[in-house]
Amino acid sequence: MRKLYPDAKSALDGLTFDGMTVMAGGFGLCGIPEHLIAALRDSGTKGMTVISNNAGVDGFGLGQLLETRQIKKMISSYVGENKEFERQYLAGELELEFNPQGTLAERIRAGGAGIPAFFVKTGVGTLVAEGKEEREFNGERYIMERGLVADLSIVKAWKADGRGNLQFRKTARNFNPMMATAGKVTVVEVEHIVPTGTFDPDQIHTPGIYVDRIILTVPEKRIEQRTVRQRESA
Amino acid sequence: MARTREQLAARAARELQDGFYVNLGIGIPTLVANYIPHGMEVTLQSENGMLGMGPFPYEDEVDADLINAGKQTITEIAESSYFSSADSFAMIRGGHINLSILGAMEVAENGDIANWMIPGKLVKGMGGAMDLVAGVKRVVVVMDHANKHGQSKVLKACTLPLTGTGVVSRIITDLAVFDVKPDGTGLELIELADGVTLEEVAAKTEATWTISENLKSLA
Repeated sequence: MRKLYPDAKSALDGLTFDGMTVMAGGFGLCGIPEHLIAALRDSGTKGMTVISNNAGVDGFGLGQLLETRQIKKMISSYVGENKEFERQYLAGELELEFNPQGTLAERIRAGGAGIPAFFVKTGVGTLVAEGKEEREFNGERYIMERGLVADLSIVKAWKADGRGNLQFRKTARNFNPMMATAGKVTVVEVEHIVPTGTFDPDQIHTPGIYVDRIILTVPEKRIEQRTVRQRESA
Repeated sequence: MARTREQLAARAARELQDGFYVNLGIGIPTLVANYIPHGMEVTLQSENGMLGMGPFPYEDEVDADLINAGKQTITEIAESSYFSSADSFAMIRGGHINLSILGAMEVAENGDIANWMIPGKLVKGMGGAMDLVAGVKRVVVVMDHANKHGQSKVLKACTLPLTGTGVVSRIITDLAVFDVKPDGTGLELIELADGVTLEEVAAKTEATWTISENLKSLA
């Protein structure tokens, strides 16, 4: 159980520095490492570049790091749910790099897999292609995108064993598995820690080689758009 | 009479075919799920990492770990599967999704689409829209024919920053249905909404268009 840490603060001990690049898993508020984000805020680390599909909401998720002005730059695909983000961006206090969502996912996957660059047709002929090398393959145009790596990846999984093997749950998986591979150090928060040997090896989503530190947490799991249907009365 | 939102969704649902894997965009395209013909096997993909999207949950089924790309709570069904965002967009970019039905701000007669940013207004990001239009086999746009100022959204060339170039196959509006002609000569009008006249379509369409032989024979 070398990888197991007692709490989020101790799990980030020695890993944070000003100007660092951090990947944070999640899609919207689904599958975000809530406690590690809060611990990153409490660490006081400044000037961070944060790679995350979204930017949280006001006061929750990455929104907390925006409020404290700890983020210098975001690399995201969609940031529409955050007023503080909007204010800082419009005031020129925050840099923003938009990536198409699939390109962002693949850049992270490639970074973790040791692939420095690759070609996609996403964004050809759009603003996204500006300044990027373009090549033709089989008569179609493609642009070059670069792999992404981070100083630290913070990830949310459902279950871990003592060796850091992970399982994710439903759509809370999203960007987490790739980010686990692309951090120089990867810290994971989970809802359950099971004895090593509990998982069927065929049912492990992320092998423990990618996981350096683990904490057990009870997440709040806030819902952005609670949408329900009514039962028809009998 | 111009089609309502529900009528637009019902018309768009006629683009579905048995066995299709389909990605539906946010807004009217989401409503298409309510019009899948009974008995037709259509699998809905959600780009945040799910195939086989079920309906919205009952109150006691709500699960924070189970949302669609619009961040709404949803449910799983018998054939559902989950995967990462990288796998999800491999599916999309790799041409494995049969059909994407999307909204748009503008579409051009060459199949260009703009649906992610308005210069000078706050940009929220493109999300998965650029990947979808570039990768999905067939892209069908569902939108109002004109904007709220009455200006055509069916144009010779898009004025807004593009989401993709030459990617749209069909445009379904509240007034009409156009196909983008593969030879690059513009649009072909293939349907009029009930009670809509050619004159009305002409007045609200900036793009170059012709009328299909089938439609002429009906007129």
